[in-house]
Amino acid sequence: MRTRTWAPYALIAPTLLLMVVFLLYPIASVGWFSLRQHTVTQPWKNGFIGFENFRRMLFDDPLFWQSLVFSAKWVVVEVGLQLVLGLVLALIVNETFVGRALARSLVFSPWAVSGVLTTGIWILLYNPSTGIFQQLAQWGIGDPGTSVLGDPATVFPATVVTELWRGVPFFAILLLADLQTIPNDLYEAASVDGAGRWRRFVSVTLPHLRDAIVLSTLLRAVWEFNNVDLIYTLTGGGPANQTTTLPLYVARKAVDSHDFGYGSALTMAGFVILLFFSILYLRLSKFGSRA
Amino acid sequence: MTQTLTRPATTVEPPPAPPRRRRHRDPSRFFRLHLPLVLYLLFTLIPFYWMIVFAFRPAGETALVPWPITLEHFDTVWNGIGFGLFFQNSLIIALGTLVVVTVFALMGGYALARFKFRGQRVFLLALLCTQFIPGAMMLIPLFVIFKSAGLLNSLTGLIIADTAFQLPLALILMSGFVRNVPVELEEAAMVDGCTRLRAFFAVTLPQLRPALVAVGSFAFIGAWNNFLFALMFASRQDKFTLPVGLSYALGEFNTDFGALAAGGVVAAVPVVLVFAVVQRFLVQGLSAGAVKG
Repeated sequence: MRTRTWAPYALIAPTLLLMVVFLLYPIASVGWFSLRQHTVTQPWKNGFIGFENFRRMLFDDPLFWQSLVFSAKWVVVEVGLQLVLGLVLALIVNETFVGRALARSLVFSPWAVSGVLTTGIWILLYNPSTGIFQQLAQWGIGDPGTSVLGDPATVFPATVVTELWRGVPFFAILLLADLQTIPNDLYEAASVDGAGRWRRFVSVTLPHLRDAIVLSTLLRAVWEFNNVDLIYTLTGGGPANQTTTLPLYVARKAVDSHDFGYGSALTMAGFVILLFFSILYLRLSKFGSRA
Repeated sequence: MTQTLTRPATTVEPPPAPPRRRRHRDPSRFFRLHLPLVLYLLFTLIPFYWMIVFAFRPAGETALVPWPITLEHFDTVWNGIGFGLFFQNSLIIALGTLVVVTVFALMGGYALARFKFRGQRVFLLALLCTQFIPGAMMLIPLFVIFKSAGLLNSLTGLIIADTAFQLPLALILMSGFVRNVPVELEEAAMVDGCTRLRAFFAVTLPQLRPALVAVGSFAFIGAWNNFLFALMFASRQDKFTLPVGLSYALGEFNTDFGALAAGGVVAAVPVVLVFAVVQRFLVQGLSAGAVKG
């Protein structure tokens, strides 16, 4: 089609405008705020302070490092488990069986549920007086125990399971979509060559899914790193800041204490980390190099 | 149905009279398919069921199948706590975002798919990069912008914020969908004397119906579920959305599980219904190559 015309620019103009005003400009202003003391509730103290926020973050704030370590643990555990379970689930619902459409709708449905609602549902399930563990104990399975969310020993697994419930369908949907693009004759050819089920999976399915796995893992890792809704409402970062991630720390600085200057410095740290790991991951996995 | 149960791999070397009924008894199929599926279904459905039981069970009871059911918890949250108003706010925001995102994504997606223009690659790269921007970390600068633009405590403001964050991915998806509609159809219509605009509305748009459903419902679900923006930018109670109302219910009514569950059901029903309808389109659309842009 014609190359020089105003039409495509007019068509993307609204998107471009929104991106500049609500994404690009805010990012730039985070950089500016990170160099300032800026607390909404104490405006008389506001002013330029250079790299003081970053000094405080790196050397005077153990919670920054603690939240960073927990963020890493959260992303690795959550994304790893979601990928494995999501792949298994995609393979299962890709088989042919009676009631498959219904089964897909049901197992994918938590994907549509918000983080806050997920929290609400699991608080009901975990609640220490009428929760699932008390019910099981009544039937003689396990012991009723205490509040899984209040106990430092169980709060992490309990939070991980909650997010898995909502997160596995994401991988399952994306990987199922990709599974359906694998031509059947590849499997037929592999069968003719005497490949068993496992061999077909390793030599046909996995290589085909490679790009989809890389892309979905990367996207999900970023989203899980940035995930705030669920942890904010489920544990609030507790007990004793044990489950505070970096973005949750930022959100609490923004929402609770309105400390915009220091919050922006933390945000800058988050940007740098995301950028670094995204580039590293794409390089290591040689994404798209096969094409 | 029995016909489809015959797996294609076995049709390559046709064994004389495939033993169809033995396939049903294949024990490995039970461990490979049925058992994990049932276990996963339990994991998915028990939490939903738990919420529904709490929502319809009179306070103080512990029956797993409550009967007779009560609607008192719904009365409490809808009229007492104000979920009726929160529901209305959420609906306005979600529908507004749906319309704006779908229209802009359609325009931009068409531009990316059907034109070659200077700066196209940069634009595409910028769209992809937006996926790395954490919404939670944008709270601070967005709050400052919204405050100076007078968009705090306004549903319009929340529609704008939701749109800005959802549009890039929606546009990428949409351009994939447009690319899948053969350009020849449009060109033929233009040869027959249609303008490009008319050709688009008469030929391409009808083919994009599944795409509009998929992208639109994505936007609807995303806006319906957004929590942090609503929490930060709409602090007045008459502008609360369902997730914000729910988060307060989590704290304030920590012991009133019936009200919490009823509020959860109110928040869940619209998105779960929307999702059940579009789930099929979603997988089809993605596998048609839309994600590869």
